Amino acid sequence: MADMKVKIAGVEFENPLIAASGTFGFGREYAEFYPLSTLGGISCKGLTLKERAGNPPPRIAETPGGMLNAVGLQNPGVDYFIEHELPWLREQGTRIIANIAGNTPEEYCEMAEKLSDTDVDMIELNISCPNVKQGGVQFGTSCAGVEGITSAVRGYCKKPLMVKLSPNVSDIGEIAAAAESGGADAISMINTLTGMRIDINTRRPIIHNNTGGLSGPALLPVAVRMVWQAAGRVKIPIVGMGGISKWQDAVELLLAGASALQIGTVFFSDPYAPVKILEGLQSYLDRNGIGSVTELTGQIRPY
Amino acid sequence: MKYDVKLCEILKKSEIAPSIFDVTVRAGEIAAAAQPGQFAHLLAPGKTLRRPISICEIDRGAGTLRFVFQVRGEGTDLLSQFDVGDAYDILGPLGNGFQLGDTSRRALFVGGGIGVPPLLEAAKAFGKNAVAVLGFRNRDAVILKEDFERYGCKVLIATDDGSAGFHGLVTDCMKDEPADVIFACGPGPMLRAVCAVAEGRGIPCQISLEERMACGIGACLGCACRLRREDGTAFFGHVCKDGPVFDYQTVVWEG
Repeated sequence: MADMKVKIAGVEFENPLIAASGTFGFGREYAEFYPLSTLGGISCKGLTLKERAGNPPPRIAETPGGMLNAVGLQNPGVDYFIEHELPWLREQGTRIIANIAGNTPEEYCEMAEKLSDTDVDMIELNISCPNVKQGGVQFGTSCAGVEGITSAVRGYCKKPLMVKLSPNVSDIGEIAAAAESGGADAISMINTLTGMRIDINTRRPIIHNNTGGLSGPALLPVAVRMVWQAAGRVKIPIVGMGGISKWQDAVELLLAGASALQIGTVFFSDPYAPVKILEGLQSYLDRNGIGSVTELTGQIRPY
Repeated sequence: MKYDVKLCEILKKSEIAPSIFDVTVRAGEIAAAAQPGQFAHLLAPGKTLRRPISICEIDRGAGTLRFVFQVRGEGTDLLSQFDVGDAYDILGPLGNGFQLGDTSRRALFVGGGIGVPPLLEAAKAFGKNAVAVLGFRNRDAVILKEDFERYGCKVLIATDDGSAGFHGLVTDCMKDEPADVIFACGPGPMLRAVCAVAEGRGIPCQISLEERMACGIGACLGCACRLRREDGTAFFGHVCKDGPVFDYQTVVWEG
């Protein structure tokens, strides 16, 4: 049996599959299906310094091969997470990643500082949420913005720091390099691609926020391309995500350069997806005589 | 088991009104756990999102669930193409159903269109104490009248065009019906009008809502609806986990 363990920024994960932030809450709902230790890790719902109400409905629209969402970072705030969710999560036998989003650099830093005093395994910097007016993606779409926020948070963050990149940029390689030079220990990518749908009868956008973030299988080729481009520019590990719905997709992203993976939207059609993806990945490795999943990373043979 | 994913064989299927399908599935554990007013999340093959379909009837003895749904788009169209012997991939039972309370009370079940099916299982429990006031666009769209009657409920039909029953709104149709409690499901404007009646009469009222939904279990926070806390402040709850059935006094209407 191939070894499924991966190490990202010094943190060992039992397997490379991590639940993507925003799709998995704080894990409680999915614990009804299987032990959360099935997953290598959980990136928790994005946290803000204070509780956030989120956007008015509708927040969801289906699209060809995917969906749009504009939840708007509804969450109970970082203090609530530390007090009420983290102790339970810590008992589930999986790695816990806190995903943070601020309105200002100071808020990011304050959250990173608070979480550094807890036993989360890693902090994921969300500078790529397309659905909030302030903060979020405004730090994530220029090299100066990415490097600036990363190095600011680095100063307060005593945990391994992973920066989650937006695909809504013209050169993902430069952005990845900016995160690395700002002091990121890892990058995760890609967040959702900004999209829009319109009700042709009412002429209203389907989503109340007008635009939303596209996720799901439609995103896979964009994610593969961007992970490949970023992997050519940085030395820090990449956690790949975007449209993974089956084990073959997972293999593609690993070959493109990812060291671990996040899955998200696939939970909505199949809550058991991680079990199936891990089984498929394991047997692919065994069938091909590959001793460790880490051996796939970046092994694409490009033309 | 609170909820789970199961393949459920289709035992019966018919089109009971134009574009409205009546499907009974063998659903073992999901049927055993289901409560009136809950819903199930059905996989539409190839679609990114499941389709939330309310549970119309639960037969725990036979281990079956009945769904009555309308073809509204691509997903429900796919679901309507399944045949007897095929299986739905079902996640359920989900959400909070109706709190029936004392079933010797006089209950009004008020449904509009495809909001009628979720009321049937709850109305069964009230039997002859229930009056079902069911509104439809026209005579061809009338569904489940005989089903409510079979369980002893009095049924009043209202249609928009007067082609069957009362010509007009359900809220006018039910004016002279005494009631201790109301259960309702249907389009937003109808629900608001029903809630106004409940408020006017000073009786409790539970309403079942719908919203565009993704995970169905409370993780993704997609199906937001504005609710009121006891202190009067508003917040976004979620139809899948906090509902789909709500005490009408906790719902804040948009717009």
